[in-house]
Amino acid sequence: MRGAVSVQGVGKAYGDVVALHDVSLDVRPGEFLTLLGPSGCGKTTLLRLLAGFETPDAGRILISGEDVAGWPPYRRPVNTVFQHYALFPHRTVAGNVAFGLEDCGIPPSEIAARVSRALEMVRLTGLGERRIDQLSGGQKQRVALARAVVLEPDVLLLDEPMAALDFKLRKEMQVEVKNLQERLRTTFVFVTHDQEEALIMSDRIALMNEGRIEQLDRTEALYERPRTRFAADFLGVKNILEGTVLAVADGLAALRTRGGLELRAAAGDGYREGAAVWVAVRAERMRLGGGTEGDNALAGTLDDEIYLGDRTEWRVKLGEELVTVAEAASVVSERHRGERVTVSFPPAAVLRLDER
Amino acid sequence: MKSRRQAVLLLLPCLAVLGGLLVLPQAVMFVASLWQRSAYGGLVREWTAANYFRAVEPLYLWILARSIVLAVVTTLLCLLAGWPVAYWLGVRVAPRWRNALLVLVILPFWTSFLVRMYAWIFILRQEGLANLALARLGLPALPLLYNDFAVLLGQVYGELPFMILPLYASIERLDRSLLEAAADLGATPSRRLWRVTLPLTAPGIAAGCLLVFIPSLGAFLAPDLLGGGRSIYVGNLIQSQLAVARDIPFGAALSFLLTLTVVALLWLFRRPLRMAGEA
Repeated sequence: MRGAVSVQGVGKAYGDVVALHDVSLDVRPGEFLTLLGPSGCGKTTLLRLLAGFETPDAGRILISGEDVAGWPPYRRPVNTVFQHYALFPHRTVAGNVAFGLEDCGIPPSEIAARVSRALEMVRLTGLGERRIDQLSGGQKQRVALARAVVLEPDVLLLDEPMAALDFKLRKEMQVEVKNLQERLRTTFVFVTHDQEEALIMSDRIALMNEGRIEQLDRTEALYERPRTRFAADFLGVKNILEGTVLAVADGLAALRTRGGLELRAAAGDGYREGAAVWVAVRAERMRLGGGTEGDNALAGTLDDEIYLGDRTEWRVKLGEELVTVAEAASVVSERHRGERVTVSFPPAAVLRLDER
Repeated sequence: MKSRRQAVLLLLPCLAVLGGLLVLPQAVMFVASLWQRSAYGGLVREWTAANYFRAVEPLYLWILARSIVLAVVTTLLCLLAGWPVAYWLGVRVAPRWRNALLVLVILPFWTSFLVRMYAWIFILRQEGLANLALARLGLPALPLLYNDFAVLLGQVYGELPFMILPLYASIERLDRSLLEAAADLGATPSRRLWRVTLPLTAPGIAAGCLLVFIPSLGAFLAPDLLGGGRSIYVGNLIQSQLAVARDIPFGAALSFLLTLTVVALLWLFRRPLRMAGEA
């Protein structure tokens, strides 16, 4: 199947350092899949294995249905957008885009036409004769994209392509790359350590940690329902608490955290009475003030305030625990450190996590 | 204007060296080349262009042509032998070994060139090491010394480090991700070499060729010792005119023409050389 990628039990070690442990992953044709994780999690190694720059120690890789073991990079139906672009400094913009089309028996007139179409696609029309060192970072990024997509690969691999761009440009390019992918319907495998970037762009996200895939899910599902402590922490969940299950009844689980907080969680999540458990509550699901009927309502004192522009984060002392509550900037409130408050959140906001 | 004065001050030592050791001697040579030789090898201060007319006689032009061929072939052989070594050093060898191996490249400089030429004589002569080895293998002895082969061997041997070092400098600096990008875009290893590696290391190639070609053009030790003086190159010719025939004006004219030849060749190849300067 053109554009499908199947990674089956792939392992890779560099000397004593294990980069990937038995990783399996299926990418669907036409999908935008992101490998997300902190540096050293193995995401770039996995991408390089797909491109053919590295060979796996174990396992199989299938691209468009074919086992690519032993295929050198130049035979694989994939192209890469490199982190630092890797544009050829001795060629013009058009020369870079034409590189992969040359020496394949394609007539020069057709090469020129395909190059100018690719440049138009990345909005660089008219810059074909520029030298690479005359381009801005964003323009280089576009040339790197054009150079890769002009070859119409089955799968496009992108290795942190936005990392070198400044904030505003990065936001623009994220939307542009996403739109490009939607137009081309090519499979994109995108590597990033930026969870926000992953959320903006991806259909699905494979969250990686220490050489393993921690969680592979649709983008919203990953954000709404992180399954592990690592996933919750990496996706910016501020409140991660350890406790035990006191009782399970009426679709609710009663928990007591190590710090002595008692709270109720929606029990659809497989709590067992008496078991140790980790739970997570997003700061934006918590409110200061009384909630509705059935919500957790915990009394505490305001400890600290962090102003973040669009929202304010409050550290609240609830007994022995310290939780973070986010309040949108639109909520006008005059609060002071040391003030007594009630923190409330619905049982459904409490997510059970796997130990890892 | 302060920076201007600083620049002049900083340039002063360089200008003094160039002026004292290059411009001034060349001027002296040029003046001497326009004078005449006395019966006992002295200088007669009467202006004449006769030395130049003599220098462009077919015999001497032929020697100059032979010298250019020797220098070109030396340069090409050094490039062919040096490029793989430099590539291996710059790309394949683990970085921690590089410095040690580079020391091996420049190790020959610790011994005088003259001594090393004598060492080659011991290897190449009729009863030398090479022929002894051939005899052990039951093969007939080869005439290895006192011919153009020996001269070329000595030249390539002597100039090789001057080729390897600038090549290494440019290859080592080559961005590996460009090689990966080329492969990623479908370039086979040979295409990658021609389309990426060679163009990007062109400055190093130009610098290396220059460093080998110019001294090779005026080489006289290897032709003299390994060629046995049988085949005359312009370096020997000048040396013998000044030191043996004691015809200083003619030697000076030949020397001046050689310098002009180098300048003319530099001008011809100014484009790749400018690339070398920019890199």
